[in-house]
Amino acid sequence: MGPISLIALTLAALLFSAGGILVGKLFNKGSKNLQKGEAYECGIPTKTSPWHQFNVGYYLFALLFLIFDVELVFLYPWAVVVKKVGVTALVEIMVFIFILFMGFLYAHKKGALKWM
Amino acid sequence: MFSLEGITKSLQDWLYLNFNPTWALVIECLIVIVLAIALFAFLGLVLVLMERKVAAHMQIRLGPNRVGPKGMFQTAADTLKLIMKEGLTPDGADKFLFNLAPFVVMIVAMLILAPIAFAKGFQIWDINIGVLYVSAISSLSVIGILMAGWASNNKYSLLGAMRSGAQIVSYELSAGISILCIVVLSGSLSINEIIASQQNGWWLFKGHIPVIIAFVIFMIAVTAETNRAPFDLAEAESELTAGFHTEYSGMKFALFFLAEYINIFIVCAIGATLFLGGWMPFHIGNWQDFNHIMDYIPSSIWFFGKTFFLIFLIMWFRWTFPRLRVDQLLNLEWKYLLPISLFNLLLVTVIAIFGWHF
Repeated sequence: MGPISLIALTLAALLFSAGGILVGKLFNKGSKNLQKGEAYECGIPTKTSPWHQFNVGYYLFALLFLIFDVELVFLYPWAVVVKKVGVTALVEIMVFIFILFMGFLYAHKKGALKWM
Repeated sequence: MFSLEGITKSLQDWLYLNFNPTWALVIECLIVIVLAIALFAFLGLVLVLMERKVAAHMQIRLGPNRVGPKGMFQTAADTLKLIMKEGLTPDGADKFLFNLAPFVVMIVAMLILAPIAFAKGFQIWDINIGVLYVSAISSLSVIGILMAGWASNNKYSLLGAMRSGAQIVSYELSAGISILCIVVLSGSLSINEIIASQQNGWWLFKGHIPVIIAFVIFMIAVTAETNRAPFDLAEAESELTAGFHTEYSGMKFALFFLAEYINIFIVCAIGATLFLGGWMPFHIGNWQDFNHIMDYIPSSIWFFGKTFFLIFLIMWFRWTFPRLRVDQLLNLEWKYLLPISLFNLLLVTVIAIFGWHF
């Protein structure tokens, strides 16, 4: 099948999840009381809202990921033709990975990979 | 009886003979929808039971054994229980995103099925960039998880989602590079052509040690990507109750739970396709007689056998290794796996260019 199969699969996922949730709704009416809607934090009353600004600590990893992921996308077309092109492709990718690895070492040296 | 080869072809021919093209396409879509939902339900029932049985075996217990013969209907009973439960939405939650998140996760899990070859000629859509498609779509699942964690308005959920995001995003790199190793060797992105390139032996055996290293890195990375133990920090029960789905209950929780198991199946199917030859029977070079004997086993059995073997491996990991700390987890990826896999890619390239593989 062609690209239309993606629409079919999306529909299947929607049907499956919506069907499941609807059947679940059918079987219980649900009751309402004050405590029921509170956030579940192991019985202790919730203090501040979690939608605050706080230090996420992983954001440097996310930035590094962006760089490496874009590099990975560059590698896909190279990987398909590397057998036909031969040694030239090997030398080129060695230069590419060398430069990338220098950047990686720089980030490492700057302490971007250190926890907190 | 178990042979699925050529069924799709004959079905398509029959449909286009008897209906006009539009209706044939609509009927094909309906068949795909029914089959995909059936596969999801089947996998959910089988994998959850399998996990519990494997866990029981590793700990010398019996596992579920009351509902049905040998506890076969335990998962069905659990699903029935989850249907009866109320699907709560907390008062403080972002209601729209909270209810949307399970749908996103399910849609992503369903979309990855498209290029997977379940048997010879049994594939929903033979995309010529199949491998790229799989890695692109599978990285979308992190959006659903972040959405669920953020919309819950719960600190545990938010922290779990953040951890999960950092983890999935990091381990995607080494998984992607391991996949690239096979693309280099086979010279194609299409799943069908990658399987065809393993006609005289699977890449795991043909490609010498670098491919074995790539396979090991791939298995570690996908274990982390699916948030399985020993990398299950996103839902570390002892510190975060349940991670990003703390606030979910009833069928919405069931959908997250199911999507997790479907994702395990999908990554194992991809691993089996790339490294173990997908539906390709076990062939050794030019031993015609041996290869003929192997061909008598239907291709669907080969595919599901390999996939379930890899799933068993991942379940085995869970009961063998203790959970990592979050800084150890990120160190493992960024300081060890990523440099190793980059260097390994160069080795594989040398093997591919000089034709040193079998």
